[in-house]
Amino acid sequence: MNPWLPVGGLVAVLLAAPLALSEFQIVLLNYIGLASIVALGLVLLTGIAGLMSFGQAAFVGVAAYTSAVLTTQYNMSPWLTLPVALVLTGTLALAIGAITLRLSGHYLPLGTIAWGIAIFYLFGNLEILGKYSGVAGIPSINLFGLELGGARELYYLIWLMTIGASIAVRNLLDSRSGRAIRALKNRVTMAESFGIDTARMKIVIFLYAALLAALSGWLYAHFLRYVSPQPFNLNSGIDYLFMAVIGGSGAVWGAVLGASILTLLKEWLKDLLPYLMPQSGNYETVVFGFMVVLFLHRTREGVIPYLTRLMPRKDKPRPSLEVAALPRRAQPEAGGTLLSIDQASKSFGALQAVSNVSFEMRSDEILAVIGPNGAGKSTLFNLVSGVLPVSSGRISFLDQRIDRMTGREAARLGIVRTFQHVNLMKNMSVLENVALGAHLRSSSGVVASSLRLERAEEARIMAEAARQLDRIGLGDRLHDPAGTLPLGAQRLIEIARALAADPVLLLLDEPAAGLRHLEKKALAALLNDLRKSGVSILLVEHDMEFVMGLVDRVIVLNFGQKIAEGTPREVQSNPAVIDAYLGGIE
Amino acid sequence: MNLSLALWLTQDAVVNGAVYALLALALIVVYTVTRVIFVPQGEFISFAALSLATLQNGKVPGTVHLLIATGLVVAVLDGWRMAKTRDFSRLPRLVLFNIALPLAVAALAWWSASRPTDVWLQVLVTLGIVIPFGSMIYRLAYQPLASASILVLLIVSVAVHYMMVGLGLVFFGGEGLRASIFPGFNFDVGILTISLQSIGIVLSSVVLMVVLWLYFGYTVYGKALRATAMNRIGSRLVGISTEFSGKLSFTLAALIGAISGILIAPITTVYYDTGFLIALKGFVGAIIGGMGSYPIAAVGSLLVGFLESYSSFWASSFKESIIFTLIIPVLLWRSLGKHRIEEEEEE
Repeated sequence: MNPWLPVGGLVAVLLAAPLALSEFQIVLLNYIGLASIVALGLVLLTGIAGLMSFGQAAFVGVAAYTSAVLTTQYNMSPWLTLPVALVLTGTLALAIGAITLRLSGHYLPLGTIAWGIAIFYLFGNLEILGKYSGVAGIPSINLFGLELGGARELYYLIWLMTIGASIAVRNLLDSRSGRAIRALKNRVTMAESFGIDTARMKIVIFLYAALLAALSGWLYAHFLRYVSPQPFNLNSGIDYLFMAVIGGSGAVWGAVLGASILTLLKEWLKDLLPYLMPQSGNYETVVFGFMVVLFLHRTREGVIPYLTRLMPRKDKPRPSLEVAALPRRAQPEAGGTLLSIDQASKSFGALQAVSNVSFEMRSDEILAVIGPNGAGKSTLFNLVSGVLPVSSGRISFLDQRIDRMTGREAARLGIVRTFQHVNLMKNMSVLENVALGAHLRSSSGVVASSLRLERAEEARIMAEAARQLDRIGLGDRLHDPAGTLPLGAQRLIEIARALAADPVLLLLDEPAAGLRHLEKKALAALLNDLRKSGVSILLVEHDMEFVMGLVDRVIVLNFGQKIAEGTPREVQSNPAVIDAYLGGIE
Repeated sequence: MNLSLALWLTQDAVVNGAVYALLALALIVVYTVTRVIFVPQGEFISFAALSLATLQNGKVPGTVHLLIATGLVVAVLDGWRMAKTRDFSRLPRLVLFNIALPLAVAALAWWSASRPTDVWLQVLVTLGIVIPFGSMIYRLAYQPLASASILVLLIVSVAVHYMMVGLGLVFFGGEGLRASIFPGFNFDVGILTISLQSIGIVLSSVVLMVVLWLYFGYTVYGKALRATAMNRIGSRLVGISTEFSGKLSFTLAALIGAISGILIAPITTVYYDTGFLIALKGFVGAIIGGMGSYPIAAVGSLLVGFLESYSSFWASSFKESIIFTLIIPVLLWRSLGKHRIEEEEEE
């Protein structure tokens, strides 16, 4: 389906709506638009990045109060208070985000509840904000001499901003930054090892969501022309989260849909229930809660994913390869020392996973680390790729110490890895997964992505990703969700993603596991090709046959210690190695 | 502030802290076993306290009707499932727990309402009303979503909380009620006056915690719950059903909620929405324990009790905001002390 089709339809309906609707219905639509803008931020924050916030209502309130106070007490124009409200809310969000976003897992939502409540009490207790009675007499917005005083006039402005914000978020998700944001949910280690600064990214989208809330708050203040603490309490914060989840927190249009469903449901219950049960009017929350539970039982991902499943899927076109290639880095001179590991050790509590391992690796070499299960191969890998720091010893890469580096810093030097347990984003397309690998070779940020100013660079990224997928033989599966491919193919995607990062040293964690015979041969040929182009490869592998025919040298680990080193032939006849693999005769 | 006032505030803190510790325990059990952050835990408290007070006023509380209705819904849903699979082996259990038991409780409640002085009967009926809700709520709201994300489960919790608070308002009205269990009896220790009620609360909390500790450590069912908490798939492979563990943990939560409700009913006026705030403070305690450690959560709950009691003395109108703002440093400390890379949830 053309992604612009529903947008076009929605816009047409929205343009025509005021002609047919009553004043009251327009007011409702305005509320839906205002809530949609806030819920959009939550789609980004919660649905996409997995950061739960109950506190968005407080941000709406900060912006609404800012504009209310500045316009009523200092006679500022609403158009001047908008930037002030945005800056103030943004600053607050940065401060709160710096503290709260360090919290992980279930601490985060509780943290947001805490500051949500705190800010609400602030609204109710500050003299300048009119305490619990609020601020009245807020002027309306004047647009080029046109007074947007009534709901009908403001309607167009509200929905213009709602649609604009939706498109911006949609653009953002379909970009370099968007891929990084999606990796924040459950894929932090992987994202870091491709150079994504996940901590910074979290703050950025927290700010983005807060600014959307601020925009909504500013509109709210000049729509109602009166603010009081009540609409910015914890319950409203919960409602916004409800909207995002019910609409489908993974999809942009879920925000608008969720806001519509919840607003209309509440209104409908208010009208209907006293009619059905005249004796008491307290069933509203009961029925409301019931409907929410029922909704989630039927469509736990929300309504939008449910709807998209019903729609026919239309493939996007292949990205064009006729664009300039992304910049490549200079490979080090062949034959020099690339990686030098000196007495590296890693212990987890009493477990010595790697102890005093030393070896050197030349550039343009393929080196294999083998060993029985639990020999410390993957830990060694994590030390080199910066996922874990060493306990003692040193590791240098091109004469630079890397043993205390993070995965992100290692990625900048050109150390790129694959994962033993496939670490792909299963709902994202194969192409997008590989495109994530090129993160460090491109630079467009969140703002450029939202405004679609980065299309030229995006095309180059996509071309690079498609090229790498062609190389590993998956050029015909570009737009399939990565999770739908067989495990062997997923391992190849991991390699393609690593290649998209233009590595100097490629670390492959069991690349041949799950591959069939012919696929292994193709992989071996690919790795040989890569070596010829100057890439050095360090791999961990179980498959002896694969290793023996391919690599230049082998390091054998057992119980965290190096027990042998040499050419494949030397190692194969080494008694200590045979002992480790087949079990010694006591 | 003089010594006797400090001692009095301390007593207040310990009593409240003991209740919060119980709730923290319930929240942790439910969270570790089912990944549900059980926001409606507090409603068990309100339901229990208000049902008890209503019985003492000689009336049958509305929660009894809710119990019968909820039981019927569960029976119909599960009966339908049985009819589809043609497996009726569990039908007697189903009828016993979801139809016979609520009816028996209703009969007892009706009898008890005519005997306003029989405190032990009222306590028994209250437990009988509230405890079955645990497994029923799990069955209706959470079981169909057992594999959903923590976020979806949390949203369901908030929705269930809305429903239960709404129903509480319908059944008990906006007026607060207070029950009396034992005749007021105070004794003096030095300059401090200690009430029997507060001794009862602290003692009951300690006893309940010891019982739960024995239960988790030495019984098959307790161990099954611990196994599920540690590894859901692994315990399913050895034959512990997710459904069973879920219902059991929710029943425990309801039991703890009911007992807490009965304990606080005599010392404070309970409104239909009182439970939520109490449970939220238990939640703070649970969070201090990292949603995993019972002893640290108990200490954390005591800390919340102290914070509350002393801040209500110095700045009573800011009591709630002080408690909720001060947890941010605690949260920070917890999340800094944690291992950097979290277990990554599958999509």
